Amino acid sequence: MSRAHPHDFPAAAREALADVQLRANLRGATRTIRARRAAAVAELPDFEELREQARRVKDDALERLDELLDEFQAAAEAAGARVHRAPDAAAANAIVAGIARDHGVTELVKMKSLATDEIGLDAALATAGVEAVETDLAELIVQLAGDTASHILVPAVHYSRGQVRDLFQRTIAQGRELSDDPHELAEVSRLYLRERFLRARMGVTGANVGVAETGTVCVVENEGNGRMCTTLPPLLVTVMGIEKVLPTLEDLGLLLRLLPRSATGERMSSYVSLLTGVMPGDGPQEYHIVLLDNGRRNVLADPVGRQALRCIRCSACLNVCPVYSRVGGHAYGSIYPGPIGAILTPQLWGMEEHAKLPFASSLCGACADVCPVGIDIPEVLLHLRARAVREQAPAPEKALFAAAAWAFGSPRSFDAAQKAGRAAEAPLSRGGLIRRLPAPLAGWTKGRDLRPVARETFREWWTRERGGETP
Amino acid sequence: MTAAVELFVRRLEGLKTEVCRVAASGVAAAVAGACAARGIGRLGVPPGLPAEWRPAGVHVVEDHDLAPAELDALGAALTGCTLAIAETGSLVLAAGPADGRRALSLVPDAYLCVVREDQVEPDLPAAMLRIAGLIREQGRPVVFVSGPSATSDIELQRVEGVHGPRQLVVLLVS
Amino acid sequence: MARGRRRRSATAAGWYCWLVRVALFITCVADTLFPETGRSVVRVLERLGHDVVFPAEQTCCGQMHVNSGYRDDALKLARRFVDVMGRDDGVDAVVSPSSSCVGWVRELLPGVAREAGEDQLARDAEALGGRLFELSEFLVRRLGVEDVGASFARRVTLHPTCHSQRVARVGDAPQRLLARVRGLELLELPEAAECCGFGGTFSIKNADVSLAMLADKCATIVASGADVVTAVDPSCLLNIGGGLSRMGASVKAVHLADILAAEGAS
Repeated sequence: MSRAHPHDFPAAAREALADVQLRANLRGATRTIRARRAAAVAELPDFEELREQARRVKDDALERLDELLDEFQAAAEAAGARVHRAPDAAAANAIVAGIARDHGVTELVKMKSLATDEIGLDAALATAGVEAVETDLAELIVQLAGDTASHILVPAVHYSRGQVRDLFQRTIAQGRELSDDPHELAEVSRLYLRERFLRARMGVTGANVGVAETGTVCVVENEGNGRMCTTLPPLLVTVMGIEKVLPTLEDLGLLLRLLPRSATGERMSSYVSLLTGVMPGDGPQEYHIVLLDNGRRNVLADPVGRQALRCIRCSACLNVCPVYSRVGGHAYGSIYPGPIGAILTPQLWGMEEHAKLPFASSLCGACADVCPVGIDIPEVLLHLRARAVREQAPAPEKALFAAAAWAFGSPRSFDAAQKAGRAAEAPLSRGGLIRRLPAPLAGWTKGRDLRPVARETFREWWTRERGGETP
Repeated sequence: MTAAVELFVRRLEGLKTEVCRVAASGVAAAVAGACAARGIGRLGVPPGLPAEWRPAGVHVVEDHDLAPAELDALGAALTGCTLAIAETGSLVLAAGPADGRRALSLVPDAYLCVVREDQVEPDLPAAMLRIAGLIREQGRPVVFVSGPSATSDIELQRVEGVHGPRQLVVLLVS
Repeated sequence: MARGRRRRSATAAGWYCWLVRVALFITCVADTLFPETGRSVVRVLERLGHDVVFPAEQTCCGQMHVNSGYRDDALKLARRFVDVMGRDDGVDAVVSPSSSCVGWVRELLPGVAREAGEDQLARDAEALGGRLFELSEFLVRRLGVEDVGASFARRVTLHPTCHSQRVARVGDAPQRLLARVRGLELLELPEAAECCGFGGTFSIKNADVSLAMLADKCATIVASGADVVTAVDPSCLLNIGGGLSRMGASVKAVHLADILAAEGAS
């Protein structure tokens, strides 16, 4: 989802940091999932090997993307599905709205799908007179609140139970007096949605994986709403990002060993559905699959950046990120937040709006440690920072770095710069420390003191004590 | 009982699934008992369910393309499965004659599944090998069921039983 | 202090605890802000009998520029750095008090250079990388030394910096050295693996998030009960020390080299 103006991550982050409830919710949530993931992964003695295998499978699939998409389409159609290609969001929305219109559908049930959020499907359907009911509990919460998701996997992580209670009380409680017990809240949503499942004429889902050899779509979930959406309505639509395609069912099996453990810290999610075309007498009798590009080919074109397309949306990187776990997803201004969002968003939709995202990181590398498909997020961050500087760097910053590069160009200029720094900061020094730096360095002293330039630098000492370079 | 079956039972119990160990001849009685214990009057079954599994004392309804509302009126569903996975405590339904339609094992609030010990595969890769042929050759829809449905969307507190069956019973036949 | 006789190791692979000739890679940050750390590295190595030289042509390795996206300048600085530090063939090893700078040159520069079409720089960087070490990994892994004759009677906690663990991968070398310092009580740091929030220009461009991370790091340091926090990266210590100072904590941030050089707490 691109914006008309550049997204200001530092400002958005500052706002998020001031939200005490959000910070507490995020801290609790990310720490809990982190621990579960670590325990689940520790059970696999060959986790590193599996990661490496998955990396290779994904890279191979990206290498042969067009071939695999053609294979997927042929196999899915042979099995009774109809496959559509959507180059961008508008095309995808038009296809789905068109299918609904052709069947006289005015209400459909929808499973959580980042791809559909990405293209703004719900809003597009509403414009076409179709109500899309979100059926994931978290997505339902977010939809009822008129809000947006803040996490890839637990989109309502920024809501406390009290906030959910208040929300349900004024929307779907139907007069019932609610407590904030999560069991009761889940029950309220269950009753509300069950009605809709049983009468649904059309279902919409995303896809975790598309298997090229058989045209199979794989959907992974815990709540059962995905099964409801893919089983009860006579008409089904899946919107799948083109990077989700894998060659074989064995490849799918490999990913299913990694995804639940990396995502929710479970050995297996409650339900995994493998949908292959249409089965007479069982489930939807009409199945449409929309293959979505929407910027993915931009990412594919970059030999270093394309590894971001390996992503299986497990969110392990979000949960270990010291930045994400303090500011949450909204601060990133994209449906894809956190470490993966910082490298995917600018590549999908351009550096003009998202130039600050590759800098929304301290490069600590915790994300790369946990990524089940071995994406080297720090490597891509550095790569995109270079692109951001080439395309968008502000002149004052460029001048500063050019000056530094000049100063480092020889020992004489470096020495001169050190002496000049020492002189310049003398008036700023109080009791041997600098407590306030002028803009643009003021961010440092906002919460830290700064040591001044040493009275005698190391090279000055060496020259004096050791008489210059030892022969 | 093999190591795989032992592991399967442990994993099922960890997933809040009730496990009943029965002999082949005891399935119908066990089903009847489970239904009585839960006050289940109407039990949905696939038309291809073995006759010897059908319990007495319960109204058995064959699923001949029941509408969603009719499925919702059932107290429970009883099916067999294509195979099971020990490592993850999963049941694998692949539209076989005893597995039934996907909607049958989804809508009723209680789900009883008969698993023979010789259907238990040790892990996911082994299971995929068995399932792959069914998908490649027949395009069968496949569902892995691992415990009752659950959500952790509210403050990450796990709540069992959302849209899928809230009660899951496995009848393990030796 | 008398220097031992100079003997070079036979090959790069055949390291023994012989006397070696070491070139000090001081880093721009330590040169300017932590000269005592440079002096400490020299003292430790000379105390063990080795020769230390300081190639005075060195300035900066380019890490700051590459981390901020100024890749062309970074590669120019890296080219210069590799030329200067690779120059003296009488040198057995290049040793630095900064694991992030070592990590950049040894682990990341070759790939970045290659991607920019600078294959010669990549090769030269790899050659230098074969004998480029952070201090603690040099002592423990290359010289096989854990007791360097240090004495520092303080309660100390170690912050294992992100770059030392994930890029340079020095592992537990710092802990092993600290365990042999006389009088030193090593206390565990809660949530040790959490980033301190420095991240180069991140600390200024995203100051608010950086400070939130730093606040948590300082809180765990204070909670550990230590008088001193140590690390193998001057920039992280600059950040942590600056935070502790601002909050008025009594805990001091001291580089590992300074502890190893100490011969009695001061």
